[in-house]
Parts: sequence; C-alpha cells; structure tokens
Amino acid sequence: MATIIKSYEPTFWDKLYFPALLRGLLITFKHLFRKKTTIQYPEEKLIPPDGYRGLHRLNKDAKGRIKCVACDMCSAACPADCIDIIPGTSPSDLDKERYPVSFEIDLLKCIFCGFCEMACPEEAIELTEIYDFSDYTRDKLIIDKDGLLEVFDKTKENNYYSDPGINSN
Amino acid sequence: MDFISFSIICVKVLIVFAVTMLTVLIMIYAERRVSAFMQGRLGPNRVGPQGLLQPIADGIKFLMKEDIIPAGVDKPVYLLAPAMLLIPALMTFAVIPFGASITLFGRNIPLQVADINVGILYILALTSIGVYGLVLAGWSSNSKYPLIGGLRSSAQLISYELAMGLAIVSIVLLAGSLRLNDIIANQQGYFFSWNICKQPLAFLIFLIAIYAETNRLPFDLTEAEQELVGGYHTEYSSMKFAMFFMAEYANMITGAALTVTLFFGGWDVPFINESSMGIPGVILSILSFAFKTAFFLFLYIWVRWTFPRFRYDQLMNIGWKVLLPLALINIFITAGYLTLVTLN
Repeated sequence: MATIIKSYEPTFWDKLYFPALLRGLLITFKHLFRKKTTIQYPEEKLIPPDGYRGLHRLNKDAKGRIKCVACDMCSAACPADCIDIIPGTSPSDLDKERYPVSFEIDLLKCIFCGFCEMACPEEAIELTEIYDFSDYTRDKLIIDKDGLLEVFDKTKENNYYSDPGINSN
Repeated sequence: MDFISFSIICVKVLIVFAVTMLTVLIMIYAERRVSAFMQGRLGPNRVGPQGLLQPIADGIKFLMKEDIIPAGVDKPVYLLAPAMLLIPALMTFAVIPFGASITLFGRNIPLQVADINVGILYILALTSIGVYGLVLAGWSSNSKYPLIGGLRSSAQLISYELAMGLAIVSIVLLAGSLRLNDIIANQQGYFFSWNICKQPLAFLIFLIAIYAETNRLPFDLTEAEQELVGGYHTEYSSMKFAMFFMAEYANMITGAALTVTLFFGGWDVPFINESSMGIPGVILSILSFAFKTAFFLFLYIWVRWTFPRFRYDQLMNIGWKVLLPLALINIFITAGYLTLVTLN
C-alpha cells in the first residue's frame, strides 16, 4: 500500500523568513562565546584517555628487571610484522631461561593495533599514551630495547602528559 | 580656493585613505578571528599580541609571492582590472560624512572629503564602475571559472542595483535631497527620526542588496569556492590578488558606512545636538559613526557564518520577484504619504 506523506506546508510566518534568519543569527552569536575546542599543541597537550594505543613500552618487574621472555608471541601476532626479537639465554641475575638480546620495533611499520600486548603471556609489552614521537630520520624511528625500557620509566607512575614538567617544554 | 582650504582637503583625503586602509587591515584580522570564534576555533593568535599583526604578515607574504601572469591572458586588461576595482572602492568613501562639521581657527571644516550635491548618485555610479573590475578580471583571465564569476557579478549587479537604487529613492524622497549631509540632517534629533524607523522595508531591501553588491555571503556567487575555484580572481596572484582582497574589504567598509549614513543617522547621536557642543560634540559624532559602522562590519562576518550561499536562480528570483516589487511598493507608499502631507 502506498502511503501519502504530507510534506510540511510553510505557514505565513515561515514564508516571511526573517524570524528564522534572526534565530540563525542568534545561534551563531551564541557560538561566538562558547568554549574553544582548539588545543594549542606545543604549549598544551591533549591528555589521551585510558586505553589509548600509542608508543610501546617493555615492562619491568618489581626488581627492575625486564619481564620479556623473548617468546616471539608478539612478533607472531603482529599484522604489520614490525617487531624483531633476537632471543638469548638469560644471564644469571634473571630467574628465567630466555630473555631478548635485542628487541626492536619499527614504529613506521607499526599500526598500533595492540595485538602484541594481547598476545604477550608475560604482560611484558604494552602500548602507552605517548603519541608525539615523530623524528627526522627513519632510523630514529626504530626503537630498541633500551628505548622501550626507558618509555616504561617515563610512563609507569602516571599519565605521560599530565606531568607538568613535560607540558612546559 | 586659497592655499589653506586646499591643504585642508589634502589632509582630509590622507586621513580618510589611511583610516580606510587601516580598517581594511582590521577587517582582515577580524574576519579570520571572528570566523574562528564562531566555529569554536581560536584563529590566528601567534603574530604579535593576540595575532594583531597577522594582516601585516599577510601583506608581507603577498608582496614576496611570485607575480604570475598566465600565458593566455589579455595582458593590458588583466593588469588594469585590479586597479579598476580598488580605485572606485576607495573613492566611494570621499562623499560620506564621518562627523559633524568642526570649527577650527574661525574656519568651518566639514568632516567629509567632498560635499557634492549628488552624493548618492556619485556612490551608485562608482560602485557600478567597480563591477567593471570584476567583469574585466574574469574576461581577461581567459579561463572558464573567472569568466563565469565575472558574468555572474554583472548579472548580480543588474538585479540588485535596481532594488538598491529604488530603496535609496524612498530615502531621497524623505530628505528631498541627494546630498548625504541633507539626508543626515533630515535624521537629526531623537531615535525615531532615523530612517530605519521611518523606512524599515527600504532598510531591509538595501541591506540585502548591499550584501549582493559587495559580493559577500550569502550572495558571493562570483567567487563561490566550491563551484568556481576562486571566481574572478582565480588566475591572479601576489599583490594583484591582494588588491582584489583590499577592494572587497574597502567596498564592505563603504557599504557599512553608507548603511549607517542612510538609515542610522550617520554620525548622529540621538537626543544630542552635536553641532552646538564644539569639539567634544565632534569627537562624539565621529565615535558614534565609527561604532555604527563597526557594527555593520561585524554583521557582514556574522551573516557570513550564519546563512548558506544562495543558488543562482534563487538569487535572481529574490532580486527580480521579491526585492524589486517591494521596493516599488515602498516608493509608492512613501510618495503617497508625502503627497498627502504636503496637500494638507
């Protein structure tokens, strides 16, 4: 059955247009005094919400030793194939058999999907809230083990961007 | 004319020119800032305090840019067009009185560059010449988008100048003179003696027409970015483009000043007789004129971010089928009223 939808018939008041125009002007005038959404980036930085997937970090245990056991699970899970791990027998101060001799992530390849942190059996790799880590050369954007452990030191306490020291420079 | 009167006129020309150009700079800044505020952004705020030096930075950038003249253009006309637009835009302001006349050292100096008795005709003539600049720019660019932009501006001119002229005629009927000073004198007194209260319909027609005249949204069909890239100035670069830009803003300033003069009593402050107050009265009148003009300049930006652009046929419809009959009816009523009043 066909249904007849009556279109809206403009009244005389509508056809004058000026009341509607004035209402429009009033709306834009109110917007003039609204809070601005702009974040003036280098001076103030957006604090990302929990669960934001930014730069990776390698977690340390309570004694400050690397948690990673070089099982290659993250590397296997990675859809972008950006994680490169060279495993080795761990030195005596670590109470586990394997540890990564080298752990490199190519940040240019990474798609920040978070599969690596989901695959990790030791909760050793995690994505942090850091989003501004651009650089001038491709080489500098391959982050190694020391770099990843440093990110842990920067982010373990609280949100990287809520630290006033970082926002000031 | 003795030497002193001549130098007084020269000083007035310089002041008017400088103030207009300064207002153009302020408008470029205000346009970007107010637009940004209305969209929840901050706008330019890096160059100087609160970004106030931004228009100067813009100007320097325009000067440093390469001045490209495309191969296929009609060169003499192409070079002439920006000047043909900018010069009338700046000349129009000459007849607008921006304050009560001032008496200095026994000399009565009207605050107006040229007090000619056909002031309104002069303004209408010059704004029409300004459109030649647009049309010639569009034509000489030898490119389809500028050509369409130029043609649109001429069609727009025909449909709007008529309604605008007729709206002005009703004001002229009331004042009984084409001199802008007489029109202001006619509105002197209290608030209800302003023409906005006597001729609200003429004001609306004039306001709509002035937006079409200055190619501002919602009637900026000549430069509709989405359809015509940049309209008539697509092929222009560097300082020539800046001249179009300045001409647009100069036209806006003249348009706002004209609206104030015709409908808001010019430099008149309600309930105050400025001429009898001496220097403070003159300053008050200049401030009043500046404030009113500033409001209408703000209204340009305000309207720009409120109303969408008209489609071309809608524009023609409004011009010919709505504004023109309304303006004629308005003249008919005004003339009828005046006849009745003079009969009694």
